[in-house]
Amino acid sequence: MRVLVCIKRVPDSSGQVVLTDDAQAVDGRFAGFTISDHENCAVECAVQISDDVTVLTVGGPEAVEQLRTALGVGATAAVHIEAEPKDLGPADIAREIAAVVREHEAAGKGYDAILLGNDAADSGDFQVPIRLAHALAQPVVTGIKTVSAADGSITCVGDSPEGGTETYVLPTPAVVAITEGGVEPRYPSIKGRMAAKKVEIETRALSGDLVGASRVKLTLPPPVPSNVQVLGNGPEAAGAVVDLFAQLGVLAP
Amino acid sequence: MILVFVEHGPDGLVDTSLETIRFARDLGAAGGGIPVDVVGVGVAQFADVLGAHGVRTAYDLVGDDVSAYGAAAWAAGVLTARETSGAVVVTAAGTQRGNEVLAHAAARVDAPMAANVISFSGLSPFVVTRQIMGGAALEEMQLGHRPAIFSVAGHAVEAAEVGGAPAAVSPISAILRPEDLIARVASTSAGEADQSGNLKTARVVVGGGRGAGGPDGFGGVDELAELLGATVGVSRVVTSLGWRPHHEQVGQTGSRISPELYVPCGISGAIQHWAGCASSKTILAINTDAEAPMVTKATYAVVGDMHEVLPAIIEEIKTR
Repeated sequence: MRVLVCIKRVPDSSGQVVLTDDAQAVDGRFAGFTISDHENCAVECAVQISDDVTVLTVGGPEAVEQLRTALGVGATAAVHIEAEPKDLGPADIAREIAAVVREHEAAGKGYDAILLGNDAADSGDFQVPIRLAHALAQPVVTGIKTVSAADGSITCVGDSPEGGTETYVLPTPAVVAITEGGVEPRYPSIKGRMAAKKVEIETRALSGDLVGASRVKLTLPPPVPSNVQVLGNGPEAAGAVVDLFAQLGVLAP
Repeated sequence: MILVFVEHGPDGLVDTSLETIRFARDLGAAGGGIPVDVVGVGVAQFADVLGAHGVRTAYDLVGDDVSAYGAAAWAAGVLTARETSGAVVVTAAGTQRGNEVLAHAAARVDAPMAANVISFSGLSPFVVTRQIMGGAALEEMQLGHRPAIFSVAGHAVEAAEVGGAPAAVSPISAILRPEDLIARVASTSAGEADQSGNLKTARVVVGGGRGAGGPDGFGGVDELAELLGATVGVSRVVTSLGWRPHHEQVGQTGSRISPELYVPCGISGAIQHWAGCASSKTILAINTDAEAPMVTKATYAVVGDMHEVLPAIIEEIKTR
């Protein structure tokens, strides 16, 4: 099974968010960058079901770092569509990925499954996988935690909104959007890192005109003024804490 | 017309759908009294509640083709209802299914879509503000296309009844293409019970983070949760390290909680975590670092080591 997995370089979300001067993007220079959480799991799912995995990203030259990381954990080929991320909307990204998929298919190197993250940790658009599937006329499921592959089909399991799990069985080729929680992403081994360095990345320019993100500007939510009331320090605070529990009515009667 | 795709579960219409109806009503009022209609599978049974929340017509998607969940088929049904109602806005709650159905609809009509909107700031042009970075930043987006398609973030507005007459029920069949029926839920299983459901609706949540120190450091968290009849929630680092199962994770990639009381212990309060707990009514943070974001954003705090503070609280509860 040939698998394509799409990843995005995003600012690390564990630190303070800073915006660029033009308020069109999050400035990640200080926080650092990483692969979006759900996509780390998509890469893991991809290398679990196939040893023929191509990783793709749309982004600036520095996004090669994230491609190398994915190559280091088992992807064997990489495609880099060079673009300034803030200029692209979800429809652009889907169209660009679709163009690569069609071209690879025409060259006899089509994909049986395309895995992506459910939503990017930064832009959170929740729609690239679905727009991609529509562009390629393939079935798609989102919110998937684990996948298993058989000849001609892929079985996808995600959480049911009513509790428990729900299972989809899709004929391939298909698009699957992965959400965190079903698999544990592996770390690149030294051997993996070395092999990743040798892979030649297929670098491409944008294939069409951009629709854009319909963005006016980014803002930061107003800081919440700290009104914290410190009940005390260490174990001595226990009395005040239990008084608070009683006041809030959360103690068992 | 404003059309809201609504979801329901064993406890009736989901809260976020009712919140979205409220958002739609406010938008309709700003537009000079545009009525609000809803669409969904099995919504006929909720005509009274929907009417009380100000809904005019409930388009009830019927037929075997939509009995099992399939985003493409349900989105086709939403678009059928939109054709019938002539809606200029199509919206849904920013849940997994809400976003999934809207994204299919948006792809079908080649329109932009804004996910997790919290407010609108103008009608002409129509500008919405939505959460990005898990709510740590906001994006203003202009939606020029009609229908305007967007989902509404949980807890962006409060649901409110207006005491209207029951909604008129209009059964409709989705206009489907064969390919809309390929990706449908084939089977469901309660097997591995996903307890994150409890977390999302819990009245009290006791949290544990890196400060627990290891998988064996949650004794106090578990015991306090037991005493308060609370649910345990943990930070991302805790599940990443394998100390606790993922279904307990609170945050951007875990559950979003909105309890009466949240007691995060040894959790610093990174954006990722705050995205999941910001809707808690009262927060009591227990942390050694008085400057940690979780502490400064909390309502109450105890500065100290959770391994010393929690046993003292547990002891105090037991002696009272």
